[in-house]
Amino acid sequence: MAMIAAEAEPTYLDNENTIASWLLTKDHKRIALMFLASITAFFFVGGFAATLIRLHLATPNGLLQPSMYNRMFTMHGVIMVWFFLIPSIPTTLGNFLIPLMIGAHDLAFPRINLMSWYVFNLSGLVLLYALIMGGVDTGWTFYTPYSTSFSNGYVFAAALAVFVNGFSSIMTGLNFVVTIHRLRAPGMTWDRLPLFIWGIYSVSIVMLLATPVLAMDTLLLAVERFVGTGMFDPLRGGDPLLWQHMFWFYSHPAVYIMILPAMGLVSELIACYARRPIFGYSGMTIAMMAIAILSFFVWAHHMFVAGISIYSAILFSLTTFFVAVPSAIKVFNWTVSLHKGAIIFDAPMLYALGFVLLFTIGGVTGLMLATLGVDVPVHDTYFVIAHFHYIMVGATVSAFFGGVHFWWPKMTGRHYPEAWARFAAILAFAGFNLTFFPQYILGNLGMPRRYYTYPAEWQSWNLLSSAGASILAVAYALPLFYLGWSLFYGKRADPNPWRATGLEWLTPSPPPKDNFEHTPTVLIGPYSYDPESDRYTTQDGVSHA
Amino acid sequence: MYQWLPFWPPISSKQGIVVDDLVIAEVVVSTLIVLTVFGMMVTFCVRYRRGSQASRAHLMRKTWRIEIGWTVATLIAFLALFAWGADIYAWLFRSPPGDIEIYIVGKQWMWKVQHPGGQREINALHVPTGKTIRLVFASQDVVHSFFIPAFRIKHDVVPGTNETLWFKADQPGVYRFECTQYCGDQHATMTGEVTVMTPSDYEHWLTDQGVGQSLAEQGESLFRQYGCSGCHGPNSTVHAPSLNGLYGGLVHLQDGSVRRADEAYLRDCILEPRTFTVAGYPPVMPNFSGQIGEDDLMKLIAYIQSLAHRSASWR
Ligand code: HEC
Ligand SMILES: [Cu+2]
Ligand SMILES: [Cu+2]
Repeated sequence: MAMIAAEAEPTYLDNENTIASWLLTKDHKRIALMFLASITAFFFVGGFAATLIRLHLATPNGLLQPSMYNRMFTMHGVIMVWFFLIPSIPTTLGNFLIPLMIGAHDLAFPRINLMSWYVFNLSGLVLLYALIMGGVDTGWTFYTPYSTSFSNGYVFAAALAVFVNGFSSIMTGLNFVVTIHRLRAPGMTWDRLPLFIWGIYSVSIVMLLATPVLAMDTLLLAVERFVGTGMFDPLRGGDPLLWQHMFWFYSHPAVYIMILPAMGLVSELIACYARRPIFGYSGMTIAMMAIAILSFFVWAHHMFVAGISIYSAILFSLTTFFVAVPSAIKVFNWTVSLHKGAIIFDAPMLYALGFVLLFTIGGVTGLMLATLGVDVPVHDTYFVIAHFHYIMVGATVSAFFGGVHFWWPKMTGRHYPEAWARFAAILAFAGFNLTFFPQYILGNLGMPRRYYTYPAEWQSWNLLSSAGASILAVAYALPLFYLGWSLFYGKRADPNPWRATGLEWLTPSPPPKDNFEHTPTVLIGPYSYDPESDRYTTQDGVSHA
Repeated sequence: MYQWLPFWPPISSKQGIVVDDLVIAEVVVSTLIVLTVFGMMVTFCVRYRRGSQASRAHLMRKTWRIEIGWTVATLIAFLALFAWGADIYAWLFRSPPGDIEIYIVGKQWMWKVQHPGGQREINALHVPTGKTIRLVFASQDVVHSFFIPAFRIKHDVVPGTNETLWFKADQPGVYRFECTQYCGDQHATMTGEVTVMTPSDYEHWLTDQGVGQSLAEQGESLFRQYGCSGCHGPNSTVHAPSLNGLYGGLVHLQDGSVRRADEAYLRDCILEPRTFTVAGYPPVMPNFSGQIGEDDLMKLIAYIQSLAHRSASWR
């Protein structure tokens, strides 16, 4: 009888498989996969630009024309920030997992969710238009008055793309906040929410509050570019620093938009593969919320040498140190979460451990940048490039890849090939460090960012970095092949292949269209793993061997 | 001082040493943190790998004491680093009176340097050792940033205002300077060389350049040419403030605020006179924005500076 019922309930993948059924779907799981397809495409476009950049920098005189090189790093930045990193974890894994983890049947606003995907792709098209027409050469920061009065790129189109893109962020953030507030299953209290949900919750709030500012920024930029309002132009009484303040008021929180979901995600992986509860659950939630709030008060640390007053620089340095405290706490908690575990080194765990290490390196160099006296020489050099790639690529992308592997069986019903996945994870870690560690040294030696040429004595470090980038490119492309392969030939997955505790593992892999046959009732918090007896208890209170 | 370190840039100024002390301290602290995390991770991963015999009994459940402990510890450590860094920054960015003031205009894509004696150079800067050099910057177009790695100093050069940097070089030699704020196509070639010379070599260099009119003298003729002297001169009938002794002092404005008469102030007086008025004077100072370029502006400022008893009034 049970067998027949299971047969009768098609999975969300099998249930209607016409093109229209995908394009008009309101199922958060399908929309998640559609987002995954979109951002993967952008990841490879942005990655292509990165490849050209590293290829160019392998020799002091490079192979691209200066104007081409400038367009490449601008496109790389714009695409990676707004079209990959910001949407990466929230719109794919977040979209897929929020309802499953809190025991809901869908997001609060399924139509808005679908609209967010369309808006996202629309903005992508506008950006591709700008790219094909001739590109933009302002850097992703669009500093004025260069961007408004001097650049001959397609600044207007690019600003428009970012403007439209922001609405996708706002819609998704709004949807997530409402869902997490309203649709939790009975018994899923705030102190029982998985940390991934806390990560998504905190980031959604930042998205909601910060992204409207980005809309203002890009709108003003576009208007100034188009009709010359003079807002940022000193020749007409405007102020170039005003742009920097407004831009970073969004873009610093955006840095945390990129890292907070990763922090939550990695906590899930570490608990499951260490087979023990995460160390300091409530400390972790407080830390994430503290980061979310403090992230709004540090923006001018990007402007320490821009001509802000000494007093405001001191103030912003102080707030930056404050925001670093909760991040440091999280690193300690993750590390101690390994203590007395029964650790399994599957690919997702390798990514998670890589995340913690790379985040730590990115974090301590962030402290150096927050220190006023040290920021002066290294500001706008490769030191900064290395720092934020450690956080945004080293940490966030590792977490994203780890998460995709971890929930792959849930999303597709298939196992990924473990050996290949471990190999890719290790390769990515090695390639990453080889690419970006030399950039710290280059920065300290004084190589400025956005230089298409450099003195010959810096070539060896650049060459190392470029060599690392080629390894990294292989490591990032590999999953495309073996995960694709697994879709057809992978071993079929049980509902709970990793013996994990979250609600998402109570339902079949892949889940049916409505997620759960019966809404589960939550009796306990997440992470009831017992390393001593090797038992675990899922959140519905059932203990398993 | 830290020259023995591998992969370390050259240092040639007092600032370099002060900044590097802090940089090295932070590198050491950072390395310790990373090694601690890495060490703990490796130890736990080996000891508590699945299937190992290590005991998992008595898993810590109440953890808040430890958490508060290390929160407070990191906070204190961070505050110490913060204070050290802020102290250095305030010292770096508050220029003392300069022995020599050099004017630099940044434009796409070159640095135009003017010495007080009227000597000019492009993408090159000659300075003597042991003297406090003040650099006064202006940008003619977009935001640039002036960076001398060997001196560990950097400041953005934002159009519409004047910025200053100071340094005291101590090792003769040739060092690189560069633009670090992206400013368009040839941003990467907006670089040049600082030549640090002994004072006597520097004197020779100055005379070799041929002595023409000094910057202040050129400014004085511009002062007449633009009609400034008609109001500000000694025989003027207009009720306008005398500019003697102005530079470096404090100015009381009509709205009750007080500003220091530095380069940025003089610039605003000339280009945006209607945004404020000197207390006790009629608001009749004409607006010269759009009529005076960055080069002439710097000469006028140099002239007004020369009218002041500089070292006496500048604090
Ligand atoms: C029509 C007469 C007039 C002319 C011409 C004029 N000024 Fe003025 N200037 C004034 C008056 C009146 C004030 C004080 C009121 C104010 O701040 O507007 C003043 C203020 C100043 C100040 C601020 C003085 C202080 O005590 O803080 C500076 C500097 C200055 N002028 C420089 C110049 C320069 C340089 C020129 C030529 C390019 C110039 N002025 C041309 C009338 C004039
Ligand atoms: Cu920031
Ligand atoms: Cu530049």
